[in-house]
Parts: sequence; C-alpha cells; structure tokens
Amino acid sequence: MANLKQIRKRITSVTSTQQITSAMKMVAAAKMRRAQENIVKARPYAFRLQEVMGDLARITDPQLHPLLARRDPHRTALVMVTGDRGLCGGFNSNIIRQVEIHLKVEQGETQLVPVGRIGHDWYRRRTVPILKQYTSFFNDLAFTHATSIGSMIIDLYTRLELDRVEIIYNEFKSAVRQDVVVETLLPIDIEQGTQSHNECIYEPDAVTLLNSILPLHINYQLWRILLESYAAEQGARMTAMEAATDNAAEMIAELTLHYNQARQAAITTEISDIVGGAEAISN
Amino acid sequence: MSEQHDFPLEIVTPSGVIFTGRVHHVMVPGADGYFGVLANHAPLTAVLQTGKLTVDTAAGEKVFAISGGFIEVTPERVALLSETAEPENSIDIPRAEEALKRAQERLAAGEADLDVDRSRLALARALNRMRIASHE
Repeated sequence: MANLKQIRKRITSVTSTQQITSAMKMVAAAKMRRAQENIVKARPYAFRLQEVMGDLARITDPQLHPLLARRDPHRTALVMVTGDRGLCGGFNSNIIRQVEIHLKVEQGETQLVPVGRIGHDWYRRRTVPILKQYTSFFNDLAFTHATSIGSMIIDLYTRLELDRVEIIYNEFKSAVRQDVVVETLLPIDIEQGTQSHNECIYEPDAVTLLNSILPLHINYQLWRILLESYAAEQGARMTAMEAATDNAAEMIAELTLHYNQARQAAITTEISDIVGGAEAISN
Repeated sequence: MSEQHDFPLEIVTPSGVIFTGRVHHVMVPGADGYFGVLANHAPLTAVLQTGKLTVDTAAGEKVFAISGGFIEVTPERVALLSETAEPENSIDIPRAEEALKRAQERLAAGEADLDVDRSRLALARALNRMRIASHE
C-alpha cells in the first residue's frame, strides 16, 4: 500500500501543474484572439493590393518584372515558420516533419530560412545550410519583421542568387485546427484582373508601378503568414494546455481515490488492532 | 448640376484601416514630387515615396507620415496604401531618433555586406517622421 504522505505530495504537485497549464491555456486564448483581430485588420490592405496588382498585370508583360520571372529552380530558399516556444502540441513538429519531406524530394540546392526559435534550434546543428534566421520576435510581432524577411529574399531573388522561395507554415483554420501548408512566395503567381479601369493614368508608368507594388505584396504575404502562424500557435497551445489540464484533473481524482483507500485501509488496520488487543485483554 | 466637392478617402496599411471618411483635398508625395487630388480627379494610380500626407477634412487638416506605397483614384473613391501611416501627433520621436542614428552609423561604417539602398531608405523614413513630428 502506497505511503499516505507520498500520495499527498503527488496530489499537491499535480494540482500546481494543473494551475500552470490552466493559466497558460487562458493566456494562449487571449493572445490568439488578439492575433485573429490583426488578421482581420490586415484584410482590406490585401484586397486593394490584389485589385491594383491584377489590373497592372493585365496591361504589362510579366517577363519584364524580376519578381515574376520564372527560372529553373536550381537554388531554393525554404522559409519555415515555427514558434519561439514549445508546449503547443504538434505545432512545431509538424512543420519540421514537412521540411524533412521537402528536403528529401528536393533536387536542387536548398537553403533554410528558419523563422521562430524552435525551428532554428532544430536545424542549427544539422547539415542543412541556413541562409538566415529570424527568431524570438513573436512576442512583439510587428510589420517590420515581415519587411526584413521580405527585403532579404527579394534582394537575393533579384540578384539571381535564388531561383525560388517557398514557405512552410501552419495555417490558422480555427481555434482547434491548424493545417501545415506549403506556398511559393517567389516567383509571384499573379492573377490578372478582369475589371478594367479604363483610361486610368499610371504614374510614372505601369511597369514602374508594378515593380514598386510587387515587394509590398511579398511583405504583405509574409505579414499574413506570420500572423496566421502566431494565431495557429496560440490555438495549438490552448488545445494542448486544455488537454493537459483535463489530464491533471483526472490524475488528481485517481490519486485522491488511492489516498482515501489507503487512509481507510490504515484506519481499518488500526481498529482491528485495537479490537484484537481488547479481546486479548478480556480473555 | 451640382458638383461634389468632397470625396471618400481610405488610408489602408497592413496593420489596419488608418483613416476613412470624406475629404476635400489630399496632398501626397508622388514619385516626382508632391501633388494634390481634389474631387472629380481623373482615374489615376501612382507610386508614392516616403513623405508627408496632408488630408483636408471638414473637421480640419490631418497630417500623416507615410512610408511609400501608392494611391489609387477611381471615380467612386480614393484609396491610399502604405506600409505605415502615422498621424503626426502619434509619432514616437525617441524611436525615430534611434532609427535615424542606427541608419547613419550603418552608412558611416560602410560594412562589406551593407545594403546601401535599404539603409538610405531607413534614413529617409526616420528623417521624414522626425520632420513631420516637429512640424517643419
């Protein structure tokens, strides 16, 4: 029979773990809500940008723009977006698994761009070359983080040092669901607009205009992905911590049962001792 | 025939819609210099550079610091897209000064892998924000 004191100690320890996991769950829920709000706020910008880009693409030749030009993918940069922290279920490991699959099938030369501390920690001691990493910024995520990643890849792409840029991240489906998706950032796949603004003046001219809008598009895509990934991370953490809290409650119930059984057994033993002793005396 | 003298304007950034409302006049930093847009302007899409954006509304003048982007004028409305748009009274001057110093140092140090264009742009942005904040 387990020692009463030991069981009591375990109950206390599981209870304090449960307090932590339930606090983490609530923090994650609050952060997720904020991240979701930011996603919604970013939408009007995307909408207008798409519209103008589509119009411009219709009237210009895509081969004129360095960011639209397609080349054979000899050198690829793979941006992998993980979180800065763990304790969020399969959020980070799903990304790493997907990256591994990608590296296996990739023919050309691939360099990694880890975004988030977990992904970087995983790859920095491995043989895959790392182009540049961006870590520990999700707590105060700002648009400038997206632009610094964006200008780095745009720069290398226009200097023909990269032929393709892909990104792997967790898409925010709902609070309880994240899907790993792979997208191509560069070259940009542009949807030509259908609606025409006739006799529109382009200043300085359509090609220059498109050239200055395409980087905005890349930066915006990265921003959206960072926001989605952050919201997804918080959602995953919320789910994981909720499960942990439930498990802790289950463990506490079980331990309490054992504790009471042990206590009852001890009392029964004591009583039968006393009864046995008393009988021995009266005889 | 009555002419309309104001038009709807929307200032949009990736962090949200910064301004929306009816205005009489907008002054924007175009690629070749500042230009104004009044009601009934011809359809136009133009590149903007980092600079000062002035908006005249019925309630008075509003000034923003913007970092490039573009403006789209259609018969129905005017939309201005920029990666940042800060109202003049909410510019964080110490932060702008810091960014300015950083950019200057980087340009002065002239390291081998320095991205001169990017540093220049950062410098221009910081200067712009400080100028607008101090009403120069």
